[in-house]
Amino acid sequence: MLLTMQDISKAFSGVSALRSASLSIAEGEVMALVGQNGAGKSTLIKILTGVYQRDTGLIKFQDEDVVFATPSASQAKGIATIYQEINLAPQRSVAENIYLSREPRKFFGLLDRRAMREGAAAVLKTFNLDIDVDMPVAHFNAATRQMIAIARAVTQKAKLVIMDEPTSSLDEREVGILFDTIRTLKKNGVSVLFIGHRLDELYEICDRVTIMRDGQTVAQSAMQDMPKMELVRHMLGKELAAFEAIARDAGNDDSRPIRLSAEAVGSGVRVRDVSLTVREGEISGLAGLLGSGRTETARIVFGVDKLDKGKIRVDGKERSYSEPADAIADGIGLVSEDRKIDGIVPDMSIRENMTLALLPKLKKAGIVDRARQQEIVTRYIKALGVKCASPDQPIKELSGGNQQKVLLARWLCTDPRILIIDEPTRGIDIGAKAEILKLLRSLADEGLSVLMISSELEELLAAADRVTVLSDGRSVAVLKRNELSETALLSAMAHQVN
Amino acid sequence: MTSMLKTLSRPFVAKSSGDLARLGVLLALAGLILFGALRYDNFISPFNILSFLRYNSMFALIALGMAFVIITGGIDLSVGGVAAMASVVAAYLSLYGWFPGLAGGVLAGLVAGSINGVITTRLRIQPFIATLAMMLAAYGTALLLANNQSVSVSYDTAFTMIGQDDFLGFPIPGWIAGFAYVLGWIFLERHPAGRHVLAIGDGEATANLMGLKVERTLFAVYALSGVLAGLAGVILASQFGAGQPTEGVGWELFAIASVVVGGTLLTGGSGSVGATLAGALLLAMVFNILNFENGLGWISLSAYWQSVIRGVFLLIVVVLQAGLMKKTEA
Repeated sequence: MLLTMQDISKAFSGVSALRSASLSIAEGEVMALVGQNGAGKSTLIKILTGVYQRDTGLIKFQDEDVVFATPSASQAKGIATIYQEINLAPQRSVAENIYLSREPRKFFGLLDRRAMREGAAAVLKTFNLDIDVDMPVAHFNAATRQMIAIARAVTQKAKLVIMDEPTSSLDEREVGILFDTIRTLKKNGVSVLFIGHRLDELYEICDRVTIMRDGQTVAQSAMQDMPKMELVRHMLGKELAAFEAIARDAGNDDSRPIRLSAEAVGSGVRVRDVSLTVREGEISGLAGLLGSGRTETARIVFGVDKLDKGKIRVDGKERSYSEPADAIADGIGLVSEDRKIDGIVPDMSIRENMTLALLPKLKKAGIVDRARQQEIVTRYIKALGVKCASPDQPIKELSGGNQQKVLLARWLCTDPRILIIDEPTRGIDIGAKAEILKLLRSLADEGLSVLMISSELEELLAAADRVTVLSDGRSVAVLKRNELSETALLSAMAHQVN
Repeated sequence: MTSMLKTLSRPFVAKSSGDLARLGVLLALAGLILFGALRYDNFISPFNILSFLRYNSMFALIALGMAFVIITGGIDLSVGGVAAMASVVAAYLSLYGWFPGLAGGVLAGLVAGSINGVITTRLRIQPFIATLAMMLAAYGTALLLANNQSVSVSYDTAFTMIGQDDFLGFPIPGWIAGFAYVLGWIFLERHPAGRHVLAIGDGEATANLMGLKVERTLFAVYALSGVLAGLAGVILASQFGAGQPTEGVGWELFAIASVVVGGTLLTGGSGSVGATLAGALLLAMVFNILNFENGLGWISLSAYWQSVIRGVFLLIVVVLQAGLMKKTEA
């Protein structure tokens, strides 16, 4: 084995990110590392490369116990990492980027620029890349930059190249070139750790696969011994007990008017061809693996990202929002996936957080109408059952579930007709999850249309009236309530239908 | 398959958008010199040229240090204060000879710059804030040391030669600045550590992941800026015969302006030593020309008006450069 990581644990301020995770890679092997968001993949990688330090566990690299204190220490041992956002210095030349920190030198320690240029051109040539190595890296497209990063790894005499979602910004042709490069690396005895989500790609290029979930390694096997369905099942796992089914029983009523529909929409490389409908008073689920384009689809509908092709209709009228404000004006709300980043303002009070989106309408003679604000806040705290000491309590003091309710209230008080909610129960304990889902259900019963993006099967099974499944930026299946089952969802996600 | 990925090498003028801006500053400088030479009788006289260089070497030195700081994406507001402090220290130590005076001033600058470096890298305080505090501290120290008045240098030692004398017919401050610029150029363009300065300005997190010593480099850059400001303070004391605790006000802005006019981006990651020198000379040349214009006797511009005109000129140059850069990017 080139690398063995055993029983690695790591906690961040008391919250464990890795619990006895393990990973092993043989020489010249391409290993896939897969898992949901928060499964612990990137923490594991960062411990391996010296960005983080492990709490416990053992790492053996080339039969030697190692502890890497910094990224440069792991690089010195022959581990090169190509991060998703390709870490190169954009304004520096190609040659410089390949050699930064290990420049060839001549007298007085000065740069040997000719050796650098020739060396860079030579190594790029082995990947069939013939570019002007004096040009700044920023001049090249994502695929080329990735090759440059790989060339950097090769000149470092890397034994192991870690690629974090290398194909996420590449088109099909570029992916082909990347895979050729990986095969070249393999032929030269270099191992590759390939982190990715597109199953077809993993099966094409990887020899073995390691699956992580909840900070643990749940499976490790040869790629061909791991059927797609099985792989997806391992990734998603099962959450404790299933929720009480709260979907409308025979509620899959196609006679209800369509509120929102997307017809073959596409934008960039993440969303290629997605169609979906949300009818009045229904919870429409949007499912798919990480990277399948769920969140990106929501962003298009909400006017954050530009629509490249296809049509979006709201109440039958064609719409193309250039910014979220237009979507909001049309009665659409979006509760985003990451509360910490896009949602709450931690130090502001519940009152302020709740009425943030409503402020423009709350003005009286240019200033905030406190009385009306108070009335609205009191009403929603009661209606949603937000547990708090007072509306003036800072929102950061609330539990995850209660924060989510405040966010939900923020949009509800703007009176939306369509609510897009991305991972409504992420990071919320199981009891609160059921409560949030029930809340969504009762809102739907009152006529609200909900588009619920979720990566938790139980959640979709329990609450959704219909589920659109995305895979690789395309909608691959629409399951009605009576067709919904774990197996049906899994096989659609693994893309074995159609 | 061969070079399937070959990116279309664009018809090639400049490798980076900064290159044209740098060409622009050279053209502007040449134009201004031509204008002066044609309009004023003694503009090209040895006296004017030599005194121009003697006086402006100080500014060129701090602009050089500022260029390195700005290339990393930082800023050093303390250079004027540090120069004032160094001039006082140098004036006191000039009693013991020219070398103690010189070394003392440079050391004072090194200490101030090192403190800037430690505060920005170790304590992670914004360079703007850290060096603003240092500016105030340095002026305070200078006034304290000097008892709120200028401190006469020793005329018994050779100290005054540093700022006033010539060597091989060329002002000594000019030699110092010229030497500093040559070293600075070699360092930035030809030495790995100089390239690391550029890479860090391009993105600190990336540079760290590529295995560069980010903190150490940033520290060194602020220390260097301090040393050059100290050197400028020594020249100041030597040239005017006194340590000047209240001089140096606005020097940091002159230095920043020189760097920016030289096509260096305030966001870091790009920049040139040569163009910074051209930028410093350009801004100084505007003053020189305004002095000559006053000398013609047709108009009389007060120092205030000169400042306004210089500001307008600076704005025009920067706007023109922005235009040039946009064109290269298109």
